[in-house]
Amino acid sequence: MKKNLLAAAAALLLAGGVTSSAIAADKLKVGFIYLGPVGDLGWTYQHELARQAVVKEFGDKIETTFLENVPEGPDAERAVEQLVRAGNKLIFTTSFGYMDPTLKVAKKYPNVHFEHCSGYKRDKNMSTYSARWYQGRYIQGEIAAKMSKAGVLGYIGSFPIPEVVSGINATMIGAQTVNPNIKVKIIWVNSWFDPGKEADAAKALLDQGADIIMQHTDSPAAMQIAGERGKLAFGQDSEMIKFGPKAQLTSILDTWAPYYIERVKAELDGTWKSGDTWGGLETKMFEMAPYTNMPDDVKKTAEDTQAAIAAGKLHPFKCPVVAQDGKDVECKGGDHLADDQILGMNFYVKGIDDKLPGK
Amino acid sequence: MELIEAIILSVLAASTPLLLAATGELVTERSGVLNLGVEGMMIVGAACGFGGAWLTGSIIVGALCGMVAGTLMSLLFAGMALGLAVNQVATGLSLTIFGIGLSGLIGAGFVGERITPAPHLYIPFITNIPLIGRILFGEDGFVYLSLALIAAVWWFLYRTRAGLIMRACGDNHVSAHALGYPVLRIRMYAVMFGGACAGLAGAYLPLAYTPFFIPGMTAGRGWIALALTVFASWRPGRLVIGAYLFGAVTILQLHAQGAGIGIPSQFMSSLPYLATVIVLVLLSRARTGGSTAPAALGTVFVPDR
Repeated sequence: MKKNLLAAAAALLLAGGVTSSAIAADKLKVGFIYLGPVGDLGWTYQHELARQAVVKEFGDKIETTFLENVPEGPDAERAVEQLVRAGNKLIFTTSFGYMDPTLKVAKKYPNVHFEHCSGYKRDKNMSTYSARWYQGRYIQGEIAAKMSKAGVLGYIGSFPIPEVVSGINATMIGAQTVNPNIKVKIIWVNSWFDPGKEADAAKALLDQGADIIMQHTDSPAAMQIAGERGKLAFGQDSEMIKFGPKAQLTSILDTWAPYYIERVKAELDGTWKSGDTWGGLETKMFEMAPYTNMPDDVKKTAEDTQAAIAAGKLHPFKCPVVAQDGKDVECKGGDHLADDQILGMNFYVKGIDDKLPGK
Repeated sequence: MELIEAIILSVLAASTPLLLAATGELVTERSGVLNLGVEGMMIVGAACGFGGAWLTGSIIVGALCGMVAGTLMSLLFAGMALGLAVNQVATGLSLTIFGIGLSGLIGAGFVGERITPAPHLYIPFITNIPLIGRILFGEDGFVYLSLALIAAVWWFLYRTRAGLIMRACGDNHVSAHALGYPVLRIRMYAVMFGGACAGLAGAYLPLAYTPFFIPGMTAGRGWIALALTVFASWRPGRLVIGAYLFGAVTILQLHAQGAGIGIPSQFMSSLPYLATVIVLVLLSRARTGGSTAPAALGTVFVPDR
């Protein structure tokens, strides 16, 4: 008890110690660590929207704090620890690179609960959560194949990591259900966020004959280029239709709010348990932006596919999945690839005429 | 043919911010001051440039706002590095860090807004000439401005007395001082010019390149501009060649990937820096008796009063 009081006092000191202590101590403090600025219009912005939803849901019962622009690596550890010392009892660390720093702090403070986004290391007081975005990519592939006149898709990749590779593969598998001869051109920009370079990549892809732009980078630059050139594109992370009112077909929207609300509620009720949540359309871990700039029949197909995936009737990586070399990929998940195979995906599927960097 | 035209157009656009920022840094360094804050001045220029254009609807006002913002940032640097004779490297680096933060603060109000980008030049018939028409007569105004500016800088440095004096300050501030020239004031003007150019270069990004503002959108272009100044061995002519070369490497590596040519993209991305290192080595080997860098570059000068 004494220890708690001391901790609370220390927290108040750190927080500036202005408000009346009795009320502040009763509130559950929830902290968030963000990779980018809250105004990045993409990844961090979506986490921030979810935080705001949490505040709206619980009102006076909680108090939230966020730290933005926290670089991945050693700095992150300091930032997480700072939130702990400020009295936060539940802390969301929202980028892959915070994994080890979060784990380190979690081991040090067993009474604080941690939620780490998109990683794979867990502990008694550290959960992980992520979304099955590849489901959305499959739908986008289907739409792209239907909408492309040239039969060539342009794909802007950030880094060749499994999450991005599985997105490209899901896109192609979806597209091949419509047009078995669909082609994809892939450009890696080696950055999550460089609007100028993303725009250049979009221009290069369009100049080389692609007529649909898909991206796994964070800025709306590519969407804007597609719009300027009268071509079509898919957004990423957040709603980007403002940047291409006549270009956006749909966008994968990261909707963390339901999960965040659920976890904060568990913490308030004292039922929080460590776990791993990898949700998809079925649990609304992400959503699809409205299907726009496409004819009704394409929209219908997309909606049907979305419903089938959400109902568990359709799996984007349904076996057999054929790799680039023409061989079937071992089917470890029954009638579809196992989650581990998707999380560690390091091959291209058949139909991609490109070499995966580093292979 | 169309693809070549498209590639050249992209290269011109990608090179322009590099050329603008490097032009400013070239003048700054020629006066003997090393300002590593280019990235910071650029990003503040981007935020203010976008803000100005968004509030007034005018690209020109936006460009002016960017230049003023860059100049103010450079004055901060001048106050520290020239006025208080603080270490220039440390001051420049902190200017960059400060600029990145400040731009986020300035830009917070208009993240997510969009503007109509700077119009492209269009002269009936002439712009329609195949291949060369759009390249020579169909770009946005900044592209032409950047070329005019570097030509003016060349003329200033090598054909005017003021340019000669400025170079003298950069090569030997003690002598320049002894001859009665106000070294610090001249350097301040050079630093201000560098700031205005960096601000304009930054403003180019949200005004013409990708017409929206997002924190961090300069994404290291200021650092490339610094490398470019060294690559050009502080000469305006080589700076133009270097800027287009750096721009071409960035664009061509994207095209090479799209076309499935198997050169690792990471290697291509590092080429501009690799080229800079190679040029530095070549320069130091080719010239006996010192490098081509302004002799007093980066050294602190405190006039004896």
